[in-house]
Amino acid sequence: MKKAPFLRSYTLFYLLFLYGPILLLPIFAFNQSKVVAFPLQGFTLQWFGEMAADQNLRNAAKNSLIIAFSVASLSTLLGIFAARASVRYAFPGKAPLMGMIMLPLVLPEMIVAMALLVVLLSIGIPLSLFTVILGQVLICTPFAVAILTSAFQSLDKSLEEAAMDLGETPLSTFRLIVLPLVMPGILASFLICFTISFDEFIIANFLGSGQPILSVYIFGQFRFPAKVPSMLALGTVLVCLSIILLGIAEYMRRRGIAKAGGQASGGFL
Amino acid sequence: MAATPSSEARAGLKLISPTAIYVLLLLAVPLGTVLLYSVLSGGRGVAELPLTLENYGTLFFHPQGAYLYILGKSLLIALAVTTITVLLAYPVAYFVSFHVKPDRKSLWLFLITIPFWTSYIIRVSLWFQIIGYNGLIDSGLMGLGIMDTQLNIASYSILSIIIVLAHAYAPFAVLPIFVSLEKVDRSLLEAGQDLGESRWVTFLRVTLPLSMPGVIAAALIVFIPTVGDYVTPELVGDGKEPMIANLIETQLLKLQNFPQGSAFAVISMLMVAIVSVIFVLWNRRYIGGQK
Repeated sequence: MKKAPFLRSYTLFYLLFLYGPILLLPIFAFNQSKVVAFPLQGFTLQWFGEMAADQNLRNAAKNSLIIAFSVASLSTLLGIFAARASVRYAFPGKAPLMGMIMLPLVLPEMIVAMALLVVLLSIGIPLSLFTVILGQVLICTPFAVAILTSAFQSLDKSLEEAAMDLGETPLSTFRLIVLPLVMPGILASFLICFTISFDEFIIANFLGSGQPILSVYIFGQFRFPAKVPSMLALGTVLVCLSIILLGIAEYMRRRGIAKAGGQASGGFL
Repeated sequence: MAATPSSEARAGLKLISPTAIYVLLLLAVPLGTVLLYSVLSGGRGVAELPLTLENYGTLFFHPQGAYLYILGKSLLIALAVTTITVLLAYPVAYFVSFHVKPDRKSLWLFLITIPFWTSYIIRVSLWFQIIGYNGLIDSGLMGLGIMDTQLNIASYSILSIIIVLAHAYAPFAVLPIFVSLEKVDRSLLEAGQDLGESRWVTFLRVTLPLSMPGVIAAALIVFIPTVGDYVTPELVGDGKEPMIANLIETQLLKLQNFPQGSAFAVISMLMVAIVSVIFVLWNRRYIGGQK
């Protein structure tokens, strides 16, 4: 490898820029002052206590967990259908159908949210956590399909054929051979959809009609200066959680590829 | 597998049908509804026949050009953000592709993508704490004695929006550029240098053109979400400099004018589509060189 000191320091600087705001979270979450400003005032756990005592926040977190769990399960399930069909079979209308499933990736989220909202309001379906789940599944499914497609692609077709030759039915082949091999991909898809849903704001805000959902709650609280420190504490907790989840997802994804005999490269996207 | 084409087609369609039906009902039908609403005659809480193009007319013939201004502003902000992110990301992608050991590349990419996966709302709100009045930059600079008044960068709404969006979507740009740089045949570079080109000229004449598909993909990936961003103008610009998403929200929800809001939504989709087509056509020029 050639040495490139300038590029290297530029890249490190760039990483610092990327991480800058996130690094501020723990610094100011433990800082005694109510305002985010230098100089630092001294160490405190007060804001974490305030965060833990906030009943509304707990409600919002509970709702977010319900939503994220449902969205991740449903998107991954829909992703399995689409990814398996597109990898394994040739059928008419495949390109337009897959294009439509992946469309939310190239549409501004606001458009997806508003289109769905217009229809829901027109036919008089009341907004609830359920409508948030419906909308977020649209956003998460393309990610699930992308991850699962690569999981199914790295699958050796002759393994399935061998199982069929040995007398297994298509269903039992899927359960005994395919499923265990793509399991890491399924888990990675679940975790990533969970993370996306948990962070998602636009759909939670517009299709949730003011239900307490974590991202919407945070959005509102940052407007009150007195609430900022406990939001920083919450942010610290959330960042740690999502790094752990993503670490597991990345580990699963690589293990899945390694299992199928491939080489891990690239990231999630 | 002795599947005839038609039975394979049936099996494939059956398998994809749950996902396809879901997307059809919850995405295609709503988008069609928006299209329909956009040509209905509307007002507050009203949407009725006859069909009309008035909603689109309002956009272009508004007395002070207020809507065109918001549209143009969204487009310019998104283009500025796209340019900045792609320019800043290119050297990073280049570094990871050319100067990092193969077994460490995944780790670097993972490090670059992590910030993107951490709460968007919190990141945007934090920027407000950083660049706001008496925020981190102001208090830091004044504390060090470099400045004696507040810079208050956040009062320059458009500048603040650009900074925050460029930060939020930065990781998006690195990955596609990295992928296209990985595909560049290294022997071509050696050939260039053996033939007496300097490293800089080799980069300009070989590496850069070969990596253009990645650059264009990166531009598209950043442009689409930024042009439709709702949160940043709302939080950082203090709602004083609305972008197209905020305009759609105002019409649809605050003014309850479904036809007008739908027309704006259609226009913004068209805008995204037109820019995407330009990017894709631009990409055609470079695809020939890619093996």
